[in-house]
Amino acid sequence: MATLKVPTHVPAPSEDAEQLRKAFEGWGTNEQMIIDILAHRNAAQRNLIRKTYGQTYGEDFLTSLDKELSSDFERAVLLFTLDPAERDAYLANEATKRFPSSNWVIMEIACTRSSHELFNVRKAYHARYKKSLEEDVAHHATGDYRKLLVPLVSAFRYEGDEVNMTLAKSEAKILHDKISHKHYSDEEVIRIVTTRSKAQLNATLNHYNTAFGNAINKDLKADPKDEFLKLLRATIKCLTVPEKYFEKVLRQAINRLGTDEWALTRVVTTRAEVDMVRIKEEYQKRNSVTLEKAVAGDTSGDYERMLLALIGCGDV
Amino acid sequence: MALPDVLEALNKAFSGIGVDENSLISVVANSSHEHKKSLRKGFSKLFIEDENGFERSDQSAIKNLKFEFKRFRDAVILSLLHPWERDARLIEKAIKKGPKQYGVIVEIACSRSSNELLGARKAYHSLFDRSIEEDLASHVKGSERKLLVALVSAYRYEGPKVNEDVAKSEAEILSNAIKNAHKRKPIEDEDLIMILSTRSKPHLQALNEHYNKICQKSLTQELEGEGNLKDTVECLCTPETYFTRVLDSALSADADEESKRALTRVVVTQKELLVKDGSVPNKIEGILTGAYKDFILGSLAREENK
Repeated sequence: MATLKVPTHVPAPSEDAEQLRKAFEGWGTNEQMIIDILAHRNAAQRNLIRKTYGQTYGEDFLTSLDKELSSDFERAVLLFTLDPAERDAYLANEATKRFPSSNWVIMEIACTRSSHELFNVRKAYHARYKKSLEEDVAHHATGDYRKLLVPLVSAFRYEGDEVNMTLAKSEAKILHDKISHKHYSDEEVIRIVTTRSKAQLNATLNHYNTAFGNAINKDLKADPKDEFLKLLRATIKCLTVPEKYFEKVLRQAINRLGTDEWALTRVVTTRAEVDMVRIKEEYQKRNSVTLEKAVAGDTSGDYERMLLALIGCGDV
Repeated sequence: MALPDVLEALNKAFSGIGVDENSLISVVANSSHEHKKSLRKGFSKLFIEDENGFERSDQSAIKNLKFEFKRFRDAVILSLLHPWERDARLIEKAIKKGPKQYGVIVEIACSRSSNELLGARKAYHSLFDRSIEEDLASHVKGSERKLLVALVSAYRYEGPKVNEDVAKSEAEILSNAIKNAHKRKPIEDEDLIMILSTRSKPHLQALNEHYNKICQKSLTQELEGEGNLKDTVECLCTPETYFTRVLDSALSADADEESKRALTRVVVTQKELLVKDGSVPNKIEGILTGAYKDFILGSLAREENK
């Protein structure tokens, strides 16, 4: 469930656009104004504001933003203002230009969005970058990473609940065979993980646990230093229990572990309208402190205020 | 009618692709019992004398006839289906039939627009409660699997922009893969599969031209004998050549049932393309017969008159 709070009576887009324009005028920028408006509008409303702003002032709101602001706060506003499909396309494109650790971002987008959302990302990618998402990922990733990531971003998984239990059993066995022989990037492993529906995968992994005594991710921890295995475990987590995946990403970001610098911004802006409520619950369960408190302790200023607004703090 | 004339009419009605329904009505419908007996005795293509004193039908010939009778029906239904459902069902059948039919999957994946292919994938979900890629991946074994799954999963950029430097360097990658075919089959080269399954069609066409310049041969020439890989390149770069080839195959004297079925599929799904080739109606004229011929020619004519 979403943590985004939207007022019951929302001002007309032209009013919001005017206030945002005022926020940029004069010395400095009225960041609080930006948070008050943008962090309390849903995706459709933000789209309308952006359109209206562009028509009225002859400039994309995001361009004004870029001129006036810098750093984490700007990034949070930028990401949150973008339409979700465009946002994911932006993040994916950025990831294809960065270091290999950005493979995670691509995997995260491919696995935690619905089939239709993922296709909208691919469409937005065409429009914005004049290339296909899969060709950039194929070009950027190498070896086993490419073998995993290209099918992941190209998938159009069946989204229904139908599950074939016989298949679940046989594919659990295949996975177990390959994993026990350390064939982690075997074609069969890749096939099952990248093509089966989430419901089917869930059934398969449940059966794996029952039949072989360990959850699959436990067996995949055989070599703790193996980066590909880490990605494979995260893939499976994303496909089956995304809230737990996001909780871990947030925890590591807040505790400054790992190298995913923009993780906090990314997770909050991309999940505020999706499943942030569940992620907060996971966070509190795992860390014995609320996400709000953790974010407040780790960030400051407008950036902090923006994030807190998005995760549902304070008034509308 | 005299018996030799009747036999000739029957023979003609059953020759070619489709059946001449009108001729069959006049020859068979009001045949008397004795007349039919003479027919059977005289028509050795379909009947042989059985030791138990009756003219027995040749079941394999009857089976082939049933295919010919079905052709009109199949063409109408294929024509009526929504293109997405049509393509989803064609792919599903091809997966079930196995390796000999994988060319149909290549054909659909490579000749449809990005949104048409997406549509087929959506329809597949609705019709079969599974995704195309999961069925393909679990049924296709061997080296074809990677190629087919990748082709069907593509959502190619459709703009004209091409990076010539990249096209050129990728032409070289392909050239190396083909030169090393004796060490490793091109279809197992992952870079080759990535290029063919992710790049836009204009990019691949530019790549094809660079390849020509580098190797003095076309990609499709070099891939002769590489089955699905050749079809992939041909469909993506020069679809008219591919479809003309499939059409000519269907119309040739030694065409088998699957090749003949391609005729219906190609005419129904590629009307716009075929109509550009003025010789198609003539090619069809002498070989097709009956309602099937009328339907096919009608489909092409309607396209021309648009």
